[in-house]
Amino acid sequence: MRFSIAVIPLVLFAALAGVFLLNIDKDASVVPSVLIDKPAPEFSLPPLPGRDHGLSRADLTKGNVSVLNVFASWCIPCRAEHPLIKRLSREASVPVYGLNYKEKDPQDGVKWLDELGDPYAAVGMDISGRTGIDFGVYGVPETFIIDGNGQIRYKHVGPVTVEVLEKVLMPKIEELKG
Amino acid sequence: MIRRFKLVFGALAILLPVMASSPAFAVNPDEMLSNPVLEERAREISKELRCLVCQNQSIDDSDAELARDLRVLVRERLIAGDDNEEVIDYIVARYGDYVLLNPPLKPETYILWASPVVLVLLAMLAVFAFYRRKKRDGSTASASLSKDEQARLDELLGTSKDIGKSE
Repeated sequence: MRFSIAVIPLVLFAALAGVFLLNIDKDASVVPSVLIDKPAPEFSLPPLPGRDHGLSRADLTKGNVSVLNVFASWCIPCRAEHPLIKRLSREASVPVYGLNYKEKDPQDGVKWLDELGDPYAAVGMDISGRTGIDFGVYGVPETFIIDGNGQIRYKHVGPVTVEVLEKVLMPKIEELKG
Repeated sequence: MIRRFKLVFGALAILLPVMASSPAFAVNPDEMLSNPVLEERAREISKELRCLVCQNQSIDDSDAELARDLRVLVRERLIAGDDNEEVIDYIVARYGDYVLLNPPLKPETYILWASPVVLVLLAMLAVFAFYRRKKRDGSTASASLSKDEQARLDELLGTSKDIGKSE
């Protein structure tokens, strides 16, 4: 009896340590998306100034896997991840679409792409941010992987790093391509 | 008199800026609806919704851009004729239960809701067990002395008796 009571704090400590250990790699600011395995929302966005094609849901349902990258010229981490989005578009052999999120001036997105290079198959301009909300975007950059039926299959929040690109996004795309 | 004046003046100097400053409102006047009933409902709903950028503020409190967009969206839905629940469901469909500052009661959250009650019950049980044990230990301790203690007690009492006799 005495022994079993003495053991309780030790057991509690071990249990807590276990919980902390399991969660140590988790980023509490990343909110799991409810849209995973749900169809991408309906949307139709105008093109950047001086371009012909915008972006709509029809682009995501052409039967092939695609990537949708949410970016903005005012977003510093977007600048940081941009070379990796270019690499993704080169190496993954799937179309990478851009959602230009809430620019103050429509020209900003164009200037940004002129400066850094444009890896996108098409870009839609979401000035109001409403399409972003429909996609559950809460912090740019965000990157969605969408299957051929237009279902959202994966979402990465925050800048894509080399590790995320190689260990998460590329394998996921390959898996979905089947 | 001068001393008292200084005291009052000092207190005013500290209190006035506090009293004069109104709480900062995140909701901008240009977002507000002209219909006071709808605006009141919008405020009510906004207080329930978490700003995902700052995470521990409601969208009613937050100055974040996304919070502003969501406040505007909430008001648009109200004007479109949604009831409060429909507006909240609209946001939850996009951002998940996490946007609710008040988590809903459902199988995934049973542990969350039950844990305070369970912990209080456990604590009461522990206190109860502690006092019962203490009572039991206390009564047994007073009931019996060990042989050595009894011998020592006898010796002390015996000695004092002897002293009493010798007088």
